[in-house]
Amino acid sequence: MSTVKLTVNGKAVSAEVEDRTLLVHLLRDHLNLTGTHVGCDTSQCGACVVHIDGRAVKSCTVLAGQAAGSNVTTIEGIAKGDELHPMQAAFRDNHGLQCGYCTPGMIMSAIDIVHRHSGNLDEATVRHELEGNICRCTGYHNIVKAVLDAAGRMKVAQAAE
Amino acid sequence: MGVEGIGASVVRKEDRRFITGKGRYVDDIKLVGMTHAHFIRSPHAHAKIKSIDTSEAMKMPGVVGVLTGQQVVDDKIGNLICGWAITSKDGTGMKMGAWPAMAPETVRFVGQAVAVVIAETKNQARDAAEAVVVNYEELPAVPDIRAAIAPGAPQLHPEAPGNVIYDWTIGDEAATDAAFKSAANVVSLDITNNRLVPNAMEPRAAIAEYNEPEEHFTLYTTSQNPHVARLVLSAFYNIAQEHKLRVVAPDVGGGFGSKIFIYPEEMVALWASKKVGRPVKWTGDRTEAFLTDAHGRDHLTKAEMAFDKDNKVTGLRVKTYANLGGYMSLFSSSVPTYLYATLLSGQYNIPNIFAEVISVYTNTVPVDAYRGAGRPEASFVVERLMETAARQLKVDPAELRKKNFITQFPHQTPVIMAYDIGDFHASLDAAMKAIDYAGFPARKAKAKSEGKLRGIGISCYIEACGIAPSKAVGSLGAGVGLWESAEVRVNPVGTIEILTGSHSHGQGHETTFCQLIADRLGVPISQVQIVHGDTDKVQFGMGTYGSRSAAVGLTAILKAMEKVEAKAKKIAAHQLEASENDIVIENGEFKVAGTDKSLALPMVALAAYTAHNLPDGMEPGLKEGAFYDPTNFTFPAGAYICEMEVDAGTGKSTFVNFVAADDFGRLINPMIVEGQVHGGLAQGIGQALLEGVVYDSSGQLVTASFMDYTMPRADDLPSFKLSHTTTLCPGNPLGVKGCGEAGAIGASAAVINAITDAIDNNKLEMPATPDRVWHAIHG
Repeated sequence: MSTVKLTVNGKAVSAEVEDRTLLVHLLRDHLNLTGTHVGCDTSQCGACVVHIDGRAVKSCTVLAGQAAGSNVTTIEGIAKGDELHPMQAAFRDNHGLQCGYCTPGMIMSAIDIVHRHSGNLDEATVRHELEGNICRCTGYHNIVKAVLDAAGRMKVAQAAE
Repeated sequence: MGVEGIGASVVRKEDRRFITGKGRYVDDIKLVGMTHAHFIRSPHAHAKIKSIDTSEAMKMPGVVGVLTGQQVVDDKIGNLICGWAITSKDGTGMKMGAWPAMAPETVRFVGQAVAVVIAETKNQARDAAEAVVVNYEELPAVPDIRAAIAPGAPQLHPEAPGNVIYDWTIGDEAATDAAFKSAANVVSLDITNNRLVPNAMEPRAAIAEYNEPEEHFTLYTTSQNPHVARLVLSAFYNIAQEHKLRVVAPDVGGGFGSKIFIYPEEMVALWASKKVGRPVKWTGDRTEAFLTDAHGRDHLTKAEMAFDKDNKVTGLRVKTYANLGGYMSLFSSSVPTYLYATLLSGQYNIPNIFAEVISVYTNTVPVDAYRGAGRPEASFVVERLMETAARQLKVDPAELRKKNFITQFPHQTPVIMAYDIGDFHASLDAAMKAIDYAGFPARKAKAKSEGKLRGIGISCYIEACGIAPSKAVGSLGAGVGLWESAEVRVNPVGTIEILTGSHSHGQGHETTFCQLIADRLGVPISQVQIVHGDTDKVQFGMGTYGSRSAAVGLTAILKAMEKVEAKAKKIAAHQLEASENDIVIENGEFKVAGTDKSLALPMVALAAYTAHNLPDGMEPGLKEGAFYDPTNFTFPAGAYICEMEVDAGTGKSTFVNFVAADDFGRLINPMIVEGQVHGGLAQGIGQALLEGVVYDSSGQLVTASFMDYTMPRADDLPSFKLSHTTTLCPGNPLGVKGCGEAGAIGASAAVINAITDAIDNNKLEMPATPDRVWHAIHG
């Protein structure tokens, strides 16, 4: 057992975990942040994507201990109070989700995609970049629309800041 | 329609919790004192269990109990059942072998559970499972249909000689044979409909809790139909009586059919929760999903179509072998029979049809309904035959279809179905226009000049949804009725709760069902709450599958609404001292027509509950229920056209365009309908290009993870161009037909027709991987 200290969604947290504990299980089982999901056991599906120090990471491929001292953001931490993150709003407005299970990972990946491309995205780039996130409901059509829409919204939001 | 009424693309109410990480799926639930289950599964496809030694595991840290298949039998837990009886052509019933929740003696597929460890933590349960020693005596395995029917094949179940479950026929054999004898042309095809894994993104999970003083169980489970689960667990599996079992299906992360069925893990969790006296949680991992979720499709078919000299279809003859796996899953028997062969007429006037379906046992995961369930297989047979015929007869494939379309309705096919309405010319014309069908030859020539192979493929599908009426399906062997129930509760303050037996696991019922209320009463959907997925709250229901929720579930709500409105009008008329016939409902107000007198819905509701001033003899309250049993199936239909380009050097196929023109009758929420089509198309395209289960000769599942089984990714798919044509369904008052499965039913034939057109070789199996396509080009 080890004590892991890190920052999650802006709050300092500490948990006593088995050494083999994965970050996703630290989040779900110890911190009750159940928005981060587990959809596979081979790091293919991306339902567990969170941000570690601002970068999208599959939290099923990181030991909790490896995340010690880092700054983790989960799906629960991206809205500002009642104000949704532009990516969340775009997923809702474009019907980019159905069952909702892959959605948190999709949104966290998509935010990172927009950041890495400085908001300059086209459909082919979005489709290629989403390769690590599997959705079984939407056929990706509306997810792609949502990401492109959000890229525009995030640019506007950034310009306003 | 109003901004939130029927026909409006209202943004979904349920989305906020999902996009903020506040959904509540089964694995998110924690109960006080909860233990964790891990199953020990057979590594062999076919074996006798010689012994199970649990003594070391019992000593492991945190272990609460280790339970085996023999204990399941000793406690008289019922075997899993198949709920649709099929009769063979010789008049005998289907040959169902016993399927205990955990195997006491014999295992018949890799992954079948033989024992379970219950421990304080999931990791402790996993660790202890490693210490359980199971001795097996391996038996020869039957990995596929051909092996199952081979002379001298190993036998799976003593009840099913030759591994044959049933040999069933439909249609007029003699008349069909005669049609082939007098045919001017005959087209034939051998078709493999590849086996698929549904792979809802949320793995199955169950939490069972037993309340000893009350002798009452609660089961939280990933179910598309919690009431059916309770019925089956009570009536057949002897877990508890219905009033002592509550089944809750909270947020469920996709189903696609795979979460219709009641699986061994839920049964064992319930049984074990009583045995160990603690709540028991099981959450499957992805490998377990591959090894235990019911698979889909898996047919071998020989199909022939007869034409007269004018290229009119005169007959269709089909022989299909269907693989049902190692055991008969809940509705498995109906999928390759009444959900498949009854759709073999497609959109065409075919006077003579005969089909024979032989379902067999193999040492593989049980096979059951997966999105479309039988109808994709039927549509693929018919549409591949049509395309092949056009090529063989050297006529345009669109023209051949149009020549044979059914144009008069109602239309009785030779295989049970009575199509109520449709306009097949309209949808094909819309699709041809959308893809510029007339311009294709020029595009093909241009592609050729650039060294690319260009092909176009049509698929005109029809499906039968909202499977009904109950009396009819009962006469065909169904063990359940297929109606739906609803209750409308208007609260004293005028807010509304809709209790429905339908279950939403991505379909958006929390929005679309509210839209009906907004349409009827003119109240905002924020005033309406949909309650579903809990047998303690909703009286009964048949759940969501077969694209039935709008046609059957929503109509039941409408029927209950009509009763509520009638009573509310009486109350309003009494309060307003007017005739109830003069009361009209507008914008949430009950108005006396032609006057300025009105009463708002909350005031009517309050009057109903205070009961101070109701018409003489009227009961207080404003709550009504309804059971709705449709008079017929609904028949969504449409046309899909796919244009593809194939690289002859690599065999890789690339989408140029994919257009869909669907007729779903009235659309409640076009945005949601289109989302359903997108998802269905992705699964149909996945079957055509990417997905396929592979077992090796010993029955090992080679494709048991997302590393090995190709799920469609975003860059495998195009953006789709959708359109709608409309004939209103005459069978229900809303005129709706259902849209959940269409894409999965129609897409695969369009893709294969396009690729085979591009490469000018009709022999190509699904999934059409670059390797297969390359070999089809180069031999």
